Amino acid sequence: MLVGHQPKEFLLAVSGLTVSFDGFKAVNDLSFYIEENEIRVIIGPNGAGKTTVLDLICGKTKATEGSIQFRGTELTKLKENEIVKAGVGRKFQTPSVFEDLTVFENLEISFPRGRTVFGSLTFQRDQQVKDRVEEVAEMIFLKDKLNTYASELSHGQKQWLEIGMLLIQDPDLLMLDEPVAGMSVSERAKTAELLNRIIKNRSVLVIEHDMKFVEDIAHKVTVLHQGQILSEGTMEKVKNDPKVVEVYLGH
Amino acid sequence: MVINLRFFNRSELMGFIVLAAVLFVILPLSLDVFRLNLVAKYLTYAFVALGLVLCWGYGGILSLGQGVFFGLGGYCMAMFLKLEASSVENTKIQSTPGIPDFMDWNQITSLPLFWQPFHSLTFTILAIILVPGIFALIIGTAMFKRRVGGTYFAIITQAVAAILTILIVGQQGYTGGINGMTDLRTLKGWDIRPDHAKVILYFVEVVLLFACIGIAQFIRLTKLGRILVAMREQEDRVRFSGYSVANFKIFAFCMAAVFAAIGGAMFALNVGFMSPSFVGIVPSIEMVIYTAVGGRMSIFGAIWGAILVNFAKTSLSESFPQLWLFGLGALFIAVVLAFPNGLSGLWADYVQPRIDRLFTSRKSKSAWKDNSVADGAPAE
Repeated sequence: MLVGHQPKEFLLAVSGLTVSFDGFKAVNDLSFYIEENEIRVIIGPNGAGKTTVLDLICGKTKATEGSIQFRGTELTKLKENEIVKAGVGRKFQTPSVFEDLTVFENLEISFPRGRTVFGSLTFQRDQQVKDRVEEVAEMIFLKDKLNTYASELSHGQKQWLEIGMLLIQDPDLLMLDEPVAGMSVSERAKTAELLNRIIKNRSVLVIEHDMKFVEDIAHKVTVLHQGQILSEGTMEKVKNDPKVVEVYLGH
Repeated sequence: MVINLRFFNRSELMGFIVLAAVLFVILPLSLDVFRLNLVAKYLTYAFVALGLVLCWGYGGILSLGQGVFFGLGGYCMAMFLKLEASSVENTKIQSTPGIPDFMDWNQITSLPLFWQPFHSLTFTILAIILVPGIFALIIGTAMFKRRVGGTYFAIITQAVAAILTILIVGQQGYTGGINGMTDLRTLKGWDIRPDHAKVILYFVEVVLLFACIGIAQFIRLTKLGRILVAMREQEDRVRFSGYSVANFKIFAFCMAAVFAAIGGAMFALNVGFMSPSFVGIVPSIEMVIYTAVGGRMSIFGAIWGAILVNFAKTSLSESFPQLWLFGLGALFIAVVLAFPNGLSGLWADYVQPRIDRLFTSRKSKSAWKDNSVADGAPAE
């Protein structure tokens, strides 16, 4: 297909990806490539298929056609937990943390060790785990809340906790679905700071509506519209693309 | 370290001590053998309730078919006892001596192949654990790997309970049919029927129950216990933290099945018979009700639920036999509507704070203020 102009070192190569729900193609013949250490933001109007793309990559939704190669591994054939082990982490749009567990326990569950049934029965909370949990808790501004139940956290703190749960997995590709949605202005600023710190040494794929935030972090922007790529490139280029202005930025 | 020191927190330790005192000392001293044997019967359901705490309370998997596993464990035990009771001397009036009486009545002339290994007690004990365990593994794998959960899973377990009952009743030549396996007499030559045997069996059962409580508490305190809770709330988040959710559900379901089976086996020993009336849909739902009444999130609560509901069942059905089922239904509705965490929830909300206050005031008198605050408010 695209063999002619495909450079060698892509972290993630999505090609010809299509998913149809009862004939409706939510994502239609989509191809894009993410390099190592690249920060890519996907923008687009509601219903453009942004979240579906993340669902497809992390295995929540099965593709109808096409392929997703992650470091040469075909992800479309793997189960969700195998995709996580391959090095892909995913944050959901609404904060999904374990409310009946403490912040410490939430982070501990995400620590990448003892993920089988018997592994988790024999899992020991040793110094390595404690140190790592504390390190991550400090990064996500929850160091003094380690023994607080997650149900008692504010919306923004829950978002941070979920980001922390991904960090502790140490994925090579981090996928974030609207990380600053519903946050206060000060929380937004802190989150941007947090994201800027955690995106080092890994690739990040972000869905976001906040254009200021996008401009701050994106290396490259992909604009989706009706399941297809409308435009792709630097923020500057995308902003001045007349098609993008018409369907998305114009409003 | 943390786990060793805090195998039980303070309120659990109190629950443990109270239950141990009641079961090991108070009841054996205050009840006659007949009533103590009734308690032994109630306690067989406590094993089932314990399994449901792990599977339903923690893992969020509602099984309406625990009677299946109770029955499988009970039938395995009963088959061994029945074979021993059907020695050639005991059955010499039959047309084929040496086989269980119900086989003879159904014109079966030789012991079926699957009955043969039940001559061995070792095999029987293994079978009590493994037959229900493997059966749960098969159902669990078939359901959870396909992501069948919630109500659909509950309905399927109920269907399995119905199927097994029909199978047992229908194959009466092999199973004893609707009457079950009766007239169980000895275990390795030791008569299980006289009073002193009943007392010994009662204590064996209580020891086993505490062993199972230990196992359940251990599981609850490992990371696996926390993953079960996590799974109940946010299945997807667990999946995307790198865990195979299906495997954890299968594990919880199998543990619940094995606990139920141990209860069933103790039932056959203590009560002296086993019948399909403990396998089907109604007993399976009753088992869920005990757990709900006691508190599905609490190991000790569920055990008290099993004991108290069965005690009420015996006393009420002695005096008003027709009213019992209505009472049970009303109890279940009341639990769901008014106190969803059952008796243990009521305890935690109303009794525990008073006890804590008592401790706190005593402690503050002896100037222990700093500790009492952190200790006195465990978010149960």
